[in-house]
Amino acid sequence: MMTSISDSLVITKRQLLQLIRIPEVLIFSTIQPVMFVLLFRYVFGGSISTGIPGVDYVQLLMPGIFVQTVAFTLAGTAVGLAEDMQKGLIDRFRSLPISRSAVVFGRTLGDGALNIVVLTVMGLAGYLVGWRPSSGFLNVLLGFGFLLLFGFSMAWVGVLIGLSVRSARVANAAVFIAVFPLTFLSNAFAPTTGMPKALQYFAEWNPVSTMVAGCRELFGLQNIFGVTANSWPSQNPLQMSLIYMVIIMAIFIPLSVRKYINTASK
Amino acid sequence: MKFTTMSTVKSVIAENLVKTYDKGKVTALNGLSLDVEEGTVLGVLGPNGAGKTTTVRILATLLTPDSGHATVAGIDVIKDPDKVREVIGLSGQYAAVDETLTGWDNLVMFSRLYHLSPSAAKKRAEELLEQFSLTEAARRPIRTYSGGMRRRLDLAASLIVRPKILFLDEPTTGLDPRGRQEMWGVIDGLVKDGTTLLLTTQYLEEADQLADDIAVIDHGTVIARGTSDQLKRQVGGERLEIIAESQDLQKVTEIVEKVSGGKAAVDQGSRQVSAPVTTGSKALIEAARSLDDAGIHPLDIGLKRPSLDDVFIALTGHVAEEKKEEEIVDPRARRKKKKK
Ligand SMILES: Nc1ncnc2c1ncn2[C@@H]1O[C@H](COP(=O)(O)OP(=O)(O)OP(=O)(O)O)[C@@H](O)[C@H]1O
Ligand SMILES: [Mg+2]
Repeated sequence: MMTSISDSLVITKRQLLQLIRIPEVLIFSTIQPVMFVLLFRYVFGGSISTGIPGVDYVQLLMPGIFVQTVAFTLAGTAVGLAEDMQKGLIDRFRSLPISRSAVVFGRTLGDGALNIVVLTVMGLAGYLVGWRPSSGFLNVLLGFGFLLLFGFSMAWVGVLIGLSVRSARVANAAVFIAVFPLTFLSNAFAPTTGMPKALQYFAEWNPVSTMVAGCRELFGLQNIFGVTANSWPSQNPLQMSLIYMVIIMAIFIPLSVRKYINTASK
Repeated sequence: MKFTTMSTVKSVIAENLVKTYDKGKVTALNGLSLDVEEGTVLGVLGPNGAGKTTTVRILATLLTPDSGHATVAGIDVIKDPDKVREVIGLSGQYAAVDETLTGWDNLVMFSRLYHLSPSAAKKRAEELLEQFSLTEAARRPIRTYSGGMRRRLDLAASLIVRPKILFLDEPTTGLDPRGRQEMWGVIDGLVKDGTTLLLTTQYLEEADQLADDIAVIDHGTVIARGTSDQLKRQVGGERLEIIAESQDLQKVTEIVEKVSGGKAAVDQGSRQVSAPVTTGSKALIEAARSLDDAGIHPLDIGLKRPSLDDVFIALTGHVAEEKKEEEIVDPRARRKKKKK
């Protein structure tokens, strides 16, 4: 058990080293979400009204962008693993006397850790354009913890995708197709009330929505974008999000580890 | 304990390995059996697609065969892969190292994954870089390395814990002659230190040079097995060959036929007379003496033994193909090729 943890940490460290050796990766993976913050803040910020006096769009927007960004964690995971497989590194790892989950655990931990940097930079950028969470330091911290956990669980989905596709490019496309609609069919950027009825139900149960609503709560806002019905997820977004994360991990961790063990380089 | 006459230990045994890909459509191994005696080098020689990589991957626990049985250091590779991984080193056909990291980073990482302490890992990385003449490039990312340097680093990474049994899949494919010589030197050193080695190659010369024993494989089975001398003999023994001036050819032919006791082949164009002989250098001396007695000075005289190329053609009916340079650095090139 101890060795399996230290094996995982060696893999995690490898990823952090990669970031030091090629800093562009880190730079671009933070620029993109910051760009989103600025675009949404200034392009839609003027035209979308929150309907609450004294609360401007940026307060609602930031949790949405945070969740979208960590949801895309799985892109990095999937692409990274697909590349390792293409280059034969996974083969080499599999020929080493290390625990069978170390490589994938190390990877998800590393991708989770990368989110700390990204969220910090985004938070600062948000602050500069007027984001002011009103719930106190501890709650804000809790919110970020929540986001990190979500990123970590999404990374496990990425492991399965990365190990299943034929190349890194396919991984990237697959992730985009899966995650992009999910983040927009939600309450992240606009009220769900404007959607057709069927989409509204989807949006309400969408884990991205419950995460966004949960974060809004933790950052001191009412979740006004998701109140189309009195459904349980919109009433209890934090609990629902936790349940989702547990479900995701319960399904994807064993599947991913099994896939890793049985996988052969392509 | 009773004394047994069995004096050799088999470090690697593969019995009747069968492996198919694409749901049985592609048969990669078709009942392949081989073994490697402890402390020796087995060269697995075969053309593209013969099943070399598949064999290595099964023995290195990366792949499970459809049927058959294999042990490495007496450990069953299918039942106990974790134990096998502790005693083997593997350097695959394509250098498998992290390209974004430096040579140093890679070796320290792999040392840590072999459970060396942080300080031991650094020390080992240092040693290996030195041993493989990579000290100068140690702090450069692998993507700036030449093909030969990558290959050496990859081999270094498989030697971290000084494995008793080493698998090398085409260690010199794509290297230039100098790189190949260097690699041979390194491999020779390992073998002298007592490493048991299974090495695949498409280069007949390489098998000849490095291997104690050679298994020729084609279409997933071993089609010949033995030392390079034995294989050459299997194809046909030595030939006595003499090249002489045209006016002497008649007389030379008589001498060759007398020495060999058979019919000689005469090629007027190249002025060469040759015939199979069974007595080796004795035949050569005898022929030389007779020529001298007859006052004939041949332009060239020699015993020609069949090359492994000849062996290959005789056994498989086709020539061993050589691969292009680019393939070792870019696995994608190979994938394209395989799709065809
Ligand atoms: N992942 C795979 N999927 C489908 N077919 C495969 C796969 N891997 C290998 N094969 C096929 O199995 C056969 C044996 O392949 P293998 O890679 O073992 O040959 P090899 O002797 O190593 O060849 P090379 O000299 O080109 O490396 C080939 O016909 C190859 O096309
Ligand atoms: Mg091969």
